[in-house]
Amino acid sequence: MALYRDHAVVLRTWKLGEADRIVSLHTHDHGKVRGVAKGVRRTKSKFGARLEPLSHVTIQLYRGKGDLDTITQVETVDRFVSLRSDPDRFARAQALLEAVDQVAQDREPDPELHVMLVRGLRTLDQSDAPLVVAAFFLKLLDHEGVMPELEACVSCGEDNPIVAFDPIEGGVLCRDCRRGRPITPEALETLRRILGGGLAGVLAEPVASHTGEVDILATLLMEHHLERRLRAVAVLDQTQY
Amino acid sequence: MSYSTTVQELIDQLGRLPGIGPKSAQRVAFHLLKAPSEDALRLSRAIIDAKERVSFCSRCFNLSEGGDECAICLDSRRETRMVCVVEDSQDIVAIERTQEFRGRYHVLQGAFSPIDGVGVEQLRVKELMSRVADEDIEEIIVATNPNLEGEATAALLVKYLKPMGVRVSRIASGLPVGGDLEYADELTLGRALEGRTVLDTGNDSQP
Ligand SMILES: [Zn+2]
Ligand SMILES: [Zn+2]
Repeated sequence: MALYRDHAVVLRTWKLGEADRIVSLHTHDHGKVRGVAKGVRRTKSKFGARLEPLSHVTIQLYRGKGDLDTITQVETVDRFVSLRSDPDRFARAQALLEAVDQVAQDREPDPELHVMLVRGLRTLDQSDAPLVVAAFFLKLLDHEGVMPELEACVSCGEDNPIVAFDPIEGGVLCRDCRRGRPITPEALETLRRILGGGLAGVLAEPVASHTGEVDILATLLMEHHLERRLRAVAVLDQTQY
Repeated sequence: MSYSTTVQELIDQLGRLPGIGPKSAQRVAFHLLKAPSEDALRLSRAIIDAKERVSFCSRCFNLSEGGDECAICLDSRRETRMVCVVEDSQDIVAIERTQEFRGRYHVLQGAFSPIDGVGVEQLRVKELMSRVADEDIEEIIVATNPNLEGEATAALLVKYLKPMGVRVSRIASGLPVGGDLEYADELTLGRALEGRTVLDTGNDSQP
């Protein structure tokens, strides 16, 4: 099985030599794969713009001996036009790609993750819902098996009213045990709905007073899990005013 | 085996250059060590001279030699009402070669790429906005690359410049001259259709 076909989202690309590119892909059946697109930077390349980051494609690759497969065919599935033409949505889409790039393992199949990413990008492209990135980060953490505790206090386990949230503790805290940062009841309720089957409802809501708070909490959790800052989120913070 | 600290330092410094991996750094280091001394000295002098004499233009961020402003900004024959925005200084060289543009430039020093940590604060966008506010600029021509980051950069500039009431245009992108339509990919062909130009308005009824 040297030649294989798959669905993929282009995560990143790097220049290679004079005319080629290395393309990092998250595929449906083969996990994260890096391939070489030969001659892609020449204007007459048959791959053209199909292999730019954010593209959802069907792809054929040849697996040789090295780490890099060779891309032999590409067809576009989704172009995500709105994600390319709106700078805010572009940055938010890149935040999804960056998180997946960090979480995904080379050649370890994770079809669910691929489907999540495609759905996330489609939602962002079609509706620009304010909480797409936050919801995606939380669902991704759930997928990774590190869902935060959102019901009882993580420290004492008592059913006291919740007032704080600490990504290091991995959940919410009561008045007596409070650490981390304060959390409003609205933000807590939104987090619970995202992870408790109410995602569609959350995504349909317009920007509210707690939207920014939920975004910050989701990013803190994601960055704590990754043990690094997300560059695209830092850039996103610059452009929002 | 390990090298003497002097040789290792040379390899390390070369290895920090873009596109040069450890193997290449080693190869270049040994090339320099084997070369005649005057060759190596000429290279080191060229680096020192360039670093001392060349800086970034205080107006447009193009490379500028021996002055505060670059040669293009200082040229009184250039049209000051048109400013062409590019990603890098190399792009100015490409546009100057066409001899089609007589205005000034603005170099962003990169392209919008959030995943690489490059946003509006890393690009020279605020400086461009100050120029629009202070100079008598009528049109900004965005000449960023016709790829994903270049298009996103153009959209970012529109977002920031629109409230300032300046005309913003984008260089046309589309089919390569000399190419065949049937070989164009759908994105390139789509952009070419979006950026189509009017050949005839159809309003003249005169034969
Ligand atoms: Zn407690
Ligand atoms: Zn200048």
